[in-house]
Amino acid sequence: MTQLNINVHHVTRVEGHGNITVNTKDGKIEEITWAIPESPRFFEAMLRGLNYADVTWIAPRICGICSIAHATASIQATEAAFGVQLSEQAMLLRKLLYHAETLQSHVLHFYFLAAPDFLGVGSVFPLVNTHKEVVLRALRLKKLANDLADLIGGRKTHPMACIVGGFTKLPEISQLKVMQQRLAQAMDDLRETVKLFKGLKIPNFVRETEYIALKDPKEYAFISGDIASTDTGTAPIADYLSITNEFCVPQSTAKFSKHNRDSYMVGALARFNNNYAQLSPEAQKAAEDLGLKAICHNPYMISVAQVVESIYAVEESLKIIDQLMAQGLKEEKPDVKVKAGRGIGAVEAPRGILFHDYTYDDKGVLTEANCVIPTNQNHNNIQKDMEALVPSVINKSQEEITHLLEMLVRAYDPCISCSAHFLEVKFV
Amino acid sequence: MKAKLAFFDFTGCEGCQLEVLNFETELVELLNHVDIVNFREAKTESEDNYEIAFVEGSITRESEIPKLKKIRQQAKIVVALGACACLGGVNCLKNFRPMKENLRIVYGDAAKYYDTIPARPISSIVPVDYYVHGCPIDKKEFLKVTKALLLGKRPEIPNYPVCVECKLAGNVCTFDKGETCLGPVTRAGCNAICISNGRHCWGCRGPVDDPNTNSEKEILQKHGLTVEDILNQFRIFNGYLEVSK
Repeated sequence: MTQLNINVHHVTRVEGHGNITVNTKDGKIEEITWAIPESPRFFEAMLRGLNYADVTWIAPRICGICSIAHATASIQATEAAFGVQLSEQAMLLRKLLYHAETLQSHVLHFYFLAAPDFLGVGSVFPLVNTHKEVVLRALRLKKLANDLADLIGGRKTHPMACIVGGFTKLPEISQLKVMQQRLAQAMDDLRETVKLFKGLKIPNFVRETEYIALKDPKEYAFISGDIASTDTGTAPIADYLSITNEFCVPQSTAKFSKHNRDSYMVGALARFNNNYAQLSPEAQKAAEDLGLKAICHNPYMISVAQVVESIYAVEESLKIIDQLMAQGLKEEKPDVKVKAGRGIGAVEAPRGILFHDYTYDDKGVLTEANCVIPTNQNHNNIQKDMEALVPSVINKSQEEITHLLEMLVRAYDPCISCSAHFLEVKFV
Repeated sequence: MKAKLAFFDFTGCEGCQLEVLNFETELVELLNHVDIVNFREAKTESEDNYEIAFVEGSITRESEIPKLKKIRQQAKIVVALGACACLGGVNCLKNFRPMKENLRIVYGDAAKYYDTIPARPISSIVPVDYYVHGCPIDKKEFLKVTKALLLGKRPEIPNYPVCVECKLAGNVCTFDKGETCLGPVTRAGCNAICISNGRHCWGCRGPVDDPNTNSEKEILQKHGLTVEDILNQFRIFNGYLEVSK
């Protein structure tokens, strides 16, 4: 075996900064570290002393890629604290906005960030010349998702129309109609995406772990339900701290997590593993075509689970639009009465389960906040995957091992700005 | 020769870089005119030879300072991208509390592992040539600035308040709805997007060069609001201006 000296300082094509270090001597692994040097942001401190309307305005700034997930978790935590009941129309719009972000984020990840690895290039940019159809398809899907988010949330990044208790602006029926046609056409692009993924060679690596996601008896859960684990069953979201168990490690500004085992996974694969039976028939068919079967223990299959979920997101969006068009949209004034209390918002961000936990005083001013970010919950699982992966591929070249490690990190689609509230590979 | 562009990020949410990736149709065309040589969020290869550097995020750690200085040395033109880089942005909310307390609140007993300094805009460390404002940036404005720079022209950024664009958009004045609004003193260029969507202006594009604060005070008085009300709002994106004084 060759002496390994891997040192990837800032893994690319991920959101934020993370480092991988692998160090071997005389055939023995001395060190494998996944470290996060991202600048800490201090949101939990910054939100203190702010009025609830400003809290829910600032909290999405934790992350530019999943700002809708943070906005929704923030709004739902606040609604839970005040006891606000949401109308059916507002709930439908919130879900529609949410599906837009899931689609946007998944397309960005599997086409722009992960696919270049399978096609042997360093970024999506050269694919413009070699795989123009693929790039144009990716851009069409992304634009559709972004336009849908613009229409419902006012803007895709840091949306403003979604507030505590509902929405400040409603789409026109004519705009929904155009969106309905575009979403229906997008199903063809997604079918082509499934064909593309069928041809990709996904690394075969298996490590059993625990999968945690929201679960709702009524539907494939994104913004409602209890916390489900493939090991221990369901628990109410009020018990989230006993599930996430965050702890600090010296190499990272992001916290790490563990529950029933050494580590657990959240995200598209965790959702699929817990809730696959609730997917639509076409999404289930895509999973079958792509060889994804619950419970899947290969982290490189996360991107495949994202393709499957994208189909689901488009189909669900179509259903919601049908319903909104059938019942008509009416202006509603959010009914918010401020009161002292604590509330927890739990949602499935594209990268996994996200918690915002707020305590407010009787004037609606935040006194305490805790945010548990999906990527933080995955960091420890990434570390454990690396520890299992490296010995299994130790006879490959340093270059190949480095690439497999980077691909592994990318598969998790980490969102490191969020998690520090980290990514670099270091082979020393 | 195509111009070489580079993107860098310090402390922030990377939402502004995402907006650049959100060009979709225009991205393909932009790539006909430029080479993006550094863009960690989207690209593996990188090189240190670039003309225009777009810098996102504010500076919140000592270790970021030499990195920013190196970018300034390499680039002919440095453009601050978004509220965090231009103004310090929401990161400056932590500046109103001692750093030790911030560390304790977030990391508890593990606080000793981490370093943090009061958040600041990149212009407090190095000279900045141009600004693309907003939280997040407006991608049309980013394209406008990039086009101007490629043509060797000075990009025109509005120096009048958001109110001008808001009136043109036909919105009902936020003050008339009984809310505070930073539109009268905030630099336009966003087409009053927040107000058009039923909210108020939070001042994410920073103040115009010579804000008419007397007129803002008059408006506040007329609507029974106080300077304190508006300062609380101003602090959200512009806290650096207040604490650096």
